Amino acid sequence: MAAEQTTPAHIRTETETETGSKPDSAVIRDALGVGIAVGLSGFAFGVTSAGSGLSLLQTCTLSLLVFTGASQFALVGALAAGGSPFTAAAGAFFLGVRNTFYGLRLSQLLALPRAVRPFAAHWVIDETTAVTLAQPTRRAARIGFTVTGLSLYVLWNLTTLIGALGARALGDTDVWGLDAATPAVFLALLAPMLRTSTERAVAALAVLLGLGFLPVLPAGVPVLVAALAAPAVLFLKGRTMSRTAKEDDR
Amino acid sequence: MNVWIAIGATAVGCYLVKLLGLLVPAGALEKPLVKRLSALLPVALLAALTAQQTFGDGQQLVLDARGAGVAAAALALLLRAPFLVVVAAAVVVTAGVRALG
Repeated sequence: MAAEQTTPAHIRTETETETGSKPDSAVIRDALGVGIAVGLSGFAFGVTSAGSGLSLLQTCTLSLLVFTGASQFALVGALAAGGSPFTAAAGAFFLGVRNTFYGLRLSQLLALPRAVRPFAAHWVIDETTAVTLAQPTRRAARIGFTVTGLSLYVLWNLTTLIGALGARALGDTDVWGLDAATPAVFLALLAPMLRTSTERAVAALAVLLGLGFLPVLPAGVPVLVAALAAPAVLFLKGRTMSRTAKEDDR
Repeated sequence: MNVWIAIGATAVGCYLVKLLGLLVPAGALEKPLVKRLSALLPVALLAALTAQQTFGDGQQLVLDARGAGVAAAALALLLRAPFLVVVAAAVVVTAGVRALG
């Protein structure tokens, strides 16, 4: 890789036995573990998307070009519920915004040459970030990112295709309980994020807003209203904290 | 046609936010408030989406087999089951409840 030349000398120590080094094979094993496990869940997306009424081409285009699971599930869910294309895309877009912040961390860790960034960007998602951040050296980080990204991209698209084809064979996917796959996927993505009371408060308020406005606002809009739970809780928390700070001053 | 518009907008939007993170200089977006908000935004969206996909039917709120399925998924998550098992639990329980109902 051309980028190897720009690697500072102090991180070219991964083959030595100092602390923090990690054999390439161990990095590849970790990366493949994540890539394969999550890549297989493209099957759930393929089935869900086809079950939501999207064509085979539309379903596969989403996995090829969007390639960020939560946004894909959100988009087909919103379209199936009868949302306008723009509110549906807006919900999917806001879910994708977190990838910007993954990119900020990754660009420091990977130190990619400018020419490579537009290609690497497509793989900047939850799973590649998680694997890359866990690596001790730049070489390990680059291997982790590349192997996770490649295995996940190939499998995710392959299983999307199989899932979409399978959904046709299944007929009514609701009979098979497959309409429960989407909320289960969202819940599985959400669960590890609920670490502190702030996250739980945001989630609880978002559930109330999302369900409360569902009967009265056009499809796709309630979820955007529910997104306001994030700034609302931050604002309330900020006020409480500044009030306590003032009381401490007295 | 509407579906293709939604797919195009999502693909372009999601790619650009990914690229943005790799292109902007480090520190430009690393303000505490922006970071906090970007971490909490997915929490709000995923929580609302989970609830809507479980209890929503068009513009109505209903309690059906999906509720049991998602409860099974929550239990699987508490037991630290792998991702695919969590999804499978929801699907199997939902199908089971429908078959019995």
